[in-house]
Amino acid sequence: MQPLVILRILGLLMLLSSCTLLPPIATGLIYGDGAVLPFVEAFVLTLVSGFLLYLPVRKHRNELRLRDGFLVVVLFWTVLGVAGGLPIYLSKVQDISITDSVFESISGITTTGATVIVGIDELPHSLLLYRQELQWLGGMGIIVLAVAVLPMLGVGGMQLFRAETPGPVKDTKLTPRITETAKALWYIYLGLTIACLLAYWAAGMSFFDAMSHSFSTVAIGGFSTHDASIGYFDSTAIQFVAIVFMLMSGINFAIHFTAFRNRSLKPYRRDAEFRTYILVLFVVSIVTVGYLQLTKTFDSTAESVIEGLFQVVSIGTTTGYTTADYYTWPGFLPVLLLYVSFIGGCSGSTGGGIKVIRILLLVKQGVRELRRLVHPNAQFAVKIGRKAMPEKVIEAVWGFFAAYFAISALMILMLMATGLDQETAFSAVAACLNNLGPGLGEVGRNFASINDTAKWILCVAMLLGRLEIFTLLVLFSPAFWRK
Amino acid sequence: MNIIILGAGQVGSTVATELAKEESNEITVIDTNQQILSDLQDRLDLRTICGNGSYPGLLEDAGADDADMLIALTNSDEINMIACQIASSLFHTPTKIARIRSPEYLGRPGLFAEESIPVDVMISPESLVTDYIYHLIEHPSALQVLDFAEGRAQLVAVKAYDDGLLVGHELRTTTEHLKGIDMRVAAIFREGQSIQPSADCVIEAGDEVFFLSAREHIPKVISEMRKLDKPNKRIMLAGGGNIGGQLAARMEHDYQVKVIEAYPARARELSAMLDSAIVLLGDAANPDLLQEENIESMDVFCALTNDDEANILSSMLAKRMGARKVMSLINRPAYVDLVESGLIDIAISPHQVTIGALLAHIRRGDVVAVHALRRGSAEAIEAIAHGDKTSSKVVGRTIEEIKLPEGARISAIVRGDEVIIAHHDTVIESEDHVILFLTNKKKIAEVEKLFQVGITYF
Repeated sequence: MQPLVILRILGLLMLLSSCTLLPPIATGLIYGDGAVLPFVEAFVLTLVSGFLLYLPVRKHRNELRLRDGFLVVVLFWTVLGVAGGLPIYLSKVQDISITDSVFESISGITTTGATVIVGIDELPHSLLLYRQELQWLGGMGIIVLAVAVLPMLGVGGMQLFRAETPGPVKDTKLTPRITETAKALWYIYLGLTIACLLAYWAAGMSFFDAMSHSFSTVAIGGFSTHDASIGYFDSTAIQFVAIVFMLMSGINFAIHFTAFRNRSLKPYRRDAEFRTYILVLFVVSIVTVGYLQLTKTFDSTAESVIEGLFQVVSIGTTTGYTTADYYTWPGFLPVLLLYVSFIGGCSGSTGGGIKVIRILLLVKQGVRELRRLVHPNAQFAVKIGRKAMPEKVIEAVWGFFAAYFAISALMILMLMATGLDQETAFSAVAACLNNLGPGLGEVGRNFASINDTAKWILCVAMLLGRLEIFTLLVLFSPAFWRK
Repeated sequence: MNIIILGAGQVGSTVATELAKEESNEITVIDTNQQILSDLQDRLDLRTICGNGSYPGLLEDAGADDADMLIALTNSDEINMIACQIASSLFHTPTKIARIRSPEYLGRPGLFAEESIPVDVMISPESLVTDYIYHLIEHPSALQVLDFAEGRAQLVAVKAYDDGLLVGHELRTTTEHLKGIDMRVAAIFREGQSIQPSADCVIEAGDEVFFLSAREHIPKVISEMRKLDKPNKRIMLAGGGNIGGQLAARMEHDYQVKVIEAYPARARELSAMLDSAIVLLGDAANPDLLQEENIESMDVFCALTNDDEANILSSMLAKRMGARKVMSLINRPAYVDLVESGLIDIAISPHQVTIGALLAHIRRGDVVAVHALRRGSAEAIEAIAHGDKTSSKVVGRTIEEIKLPEGARISAIVRGDEVIIAHHDTVIESEDHVILFLTNKKKIAEVEKLFQVGITYF
C-alpha cells in the first residue's frame, strides 16, 4: 500500500472531476435560472480540496500496484458520489436533505437512475443538466476517462481500468496501450451520445431534453428531466429512438470498436454474448407483449407492442426509463422484468446487472454438469463462441454469482428491518444493485418516501453494483490490508 | 534422379526404401540421429549424413547443388519449410516437397508460392490418413476407398455376401443388372489369393472385390456385391492425437462422435477444440468405460493411437463387446496381414497411405497418384496423357493399340468431369486422366515412360 501515491492520484481525480461542474454553470448562465451559485461554490470546494490533496504529495510518482488500484477506484467513487451531492444540497431545491442529495448523486454516477426528487419538471436547468451529466460520466466510468486524458497514470492505469470496467474477463485491451484503449472507448461513447442526441432531437424533443436524455440513455442511466420520464413526451418515435440506443449501449463496446474499425457487422454476429443478449430480450418481449395482449392491459395491439418492447428493453438493459406504470402491470410481468434486469447488459457495456456473459457461462456450466452425470468420464469444455473458457473464469463467475445473491439477500433483510415491506425491499435492492432505477411497490415511481437508513443501505448497493461487488468487497478482507 | 531426403523417421525411411529400390535414383538421407542412419545404410544402398538438415553447409555436403529433388520429412513443419527455402534460394533445387502438418500453414494457399516459401508439394500424413478413414466411414460397406482425378472416380474394395445381386453370377452379367452404370472390377481376392477378373469369372460369397466407378455410382455398385450396410451414425474413436482430433472435428457435425483419450491435458485440449463430439478421459481398452459409453450400439470403432498393440487389442475388445465394425491404425506391415479380415474389419496402414501420395509426386511423366491396393496385391496408377499421336505413346490410340507392360491394364479414363470405363476400342485423348492397374511393382518405371511426352512435343 502506498498511501501518498494514492492521495496524489485521488487529488488529481478530484481536480479533474471539479471540471464537470463547469457545464452546469454555463447552462445556468444561458438559461438564467438563478441556480448558478451552488455550482460555483461546489466547484471551488472540490477544486480546493483536490489541490490540498495533490500539492503536498505531488512528488510521489511511483507506479500504482494492484491493491492501490482497488483502493483508488473505491475511494474515488465514494468521494465523488458524496461530493457530487454537494451542488444538489447547496441548491436547496425542495429543502433537500443531505441523505437525499447523496442518494441522488450516487444514483446518478452509478447510472442507477433511482430518484428521490418529486417535481423534477420544476428544477432549474443547471441542476437538471447536472443530474444527467453525472450519469453520463458514470456510464463509461470517470476513471476510464481519467486514464484517457491523464497519460501520467501510465501502467498503473491498467489497475484502475481493471477495477472499474465490468465483466468477467478484463485483460482484453482494444489497443496495446491502455491510454489508447480508454480513448477509443470514450470516442465510441461520445459518438453514440451525439448520434442519440440528434435522433432524439429529430424525433421531436427540445435540444435541451434531447441532450439530457442522450446522456442518460447511452449511459444506461435512466434519469429524466421530467417526472413522467420518457412517458412525458408521449411519442412513439421517441420511444423507438430510446429502444435503439438503449440496445446499442447495452452491447460490449469492444464489439462496437471492432465493428467500426473493420467497417462490418460481422463482429456482432460472431459474438456469443451479443446473440444471447438479443435472444433474452427478444423472448422476454414476446412473453410480455403476449401477456399484455391476453390481459387486455392496453386498448390496442400496437400500444401493447410498443409499450411492452420499450419496457422490456428499458428494464432489461437496466436503464430504467418508464413510459407506463409497469409496476402496476398484471400478473408476473413486473417481477419477470426485475428478473431480466439481473441479467443486465453485456460485459464492457454501460449496462448494469450480473452481465449476460456471466449468465451464459452459468447456464453452460449447468448444462455441463448435466452432461457429466450421463458421461462420468467425459471431458467437457465450457465454450463461448468457439473458444473454451478457462476454469478460473468459470470459478470466478460462480463466486461472483454467489456473492451477488448473498449480498442482495442480506440487503433485503436489512431493508425489511428498517420497516419496508417485502415487495418494496426486494425490488429496491434489485433496482439499486442492478443499477436499474425504478422498483415495485413503494419505490415504483421514486424513492422519496422510504426512510433515510434504507437510502444509505441502497447507496452502498448502488456502488456495489457499479463496481461489481468484488472491487468494493476486497477492501473488507483482512488479506487486502496485510503488508 | 538425385534425391535428398530430410528426416529418417517412419515416413522418411519408408520413402528412402521405396526409392532406393529403383536403380536410377541416387539418394542421400539427412537426419540428426546417427543410429537410425547407420541402420538405414546397412540395409540400403544410399548415402547418409548426420546433422541438422536445414543448415546450408550440410545441404551442400549432401550435394544439393545438383540435386533434382528435396524431400523434407522431418517432424518439424518449420524445419521442412526453411530447408525448402534454402534449397531454392542457394541451390536452385528444381522440385521441393515438404511435410507440413499444421492446418495453420495449410490453410493459406498464397504462402507456398514460388516467391514466398517455395514448396512445390505439401504432404500432410495426418490429413491423408484422416481423409482415408473418412471415406471408409462415408461408405459403410467398403473396405478401402481410393480417390482418382480429385474424387471423380473412386476405387472401392468390398466383401461379397450371398445377398449381393451379382454374387454367384459371372462378371459379364453386370451390364444386365446395372443399367447405364459402367464399372470395372479391377481385382478379386479369394481366400487370400488373387484371381484374374475375366468376363466369365464367378463372384463367390466371401470374395474381396475391387471395382472402379464414377463416385456417384458407388453405392449402387456396392449393392451388387452385398446388401448395403445401414449408414454409419455413431462413431467411437480411441486416441485423440493428430489423426483422431482432425477426424473428430471433421465428422462431429454429421455423426455422433465419441473420442477416448488417455492423457488429461490432451483431453482438455480436445474438448476445447471440438463442439459436439464427446471427449472421454480414460483407457480405450477398459471394458467398463466402453460399456458405460454404449459400445454395443456403435457403428464404427476406430483405434487411432500410436501403439499398434493397443490399437489391435482395443479393437478386438470393441468387436467382442458389440461394435458393428472396427478399424485399427497399424504401423507394422506384418501385423496388417495378421489381423485384417479376421479379428479386425479394416487395418489402416498410415505408411501405405502416405507413401502412395508421396511417390506419385516423385514419379515422372505426369503420374498424379499411385495407390497400393489392400494387401499390397496391386498398384493403382493415375496418369495424365499429354501430346498428340506423334509425340505420345498413348494419345490418339485405342486401348488395344497401347503397348502396356506385362500385368498392366487400363481400367478407366476420366475426361473432364466424365468417367469412362475403358473398353478395347476406347480412344485416349490428350489431357485424359488414365487409371491403370499393375500387378508387378517393378513395372512402374515402364508405365512412367509410356506417359512421357517425346521431344517433339516441346
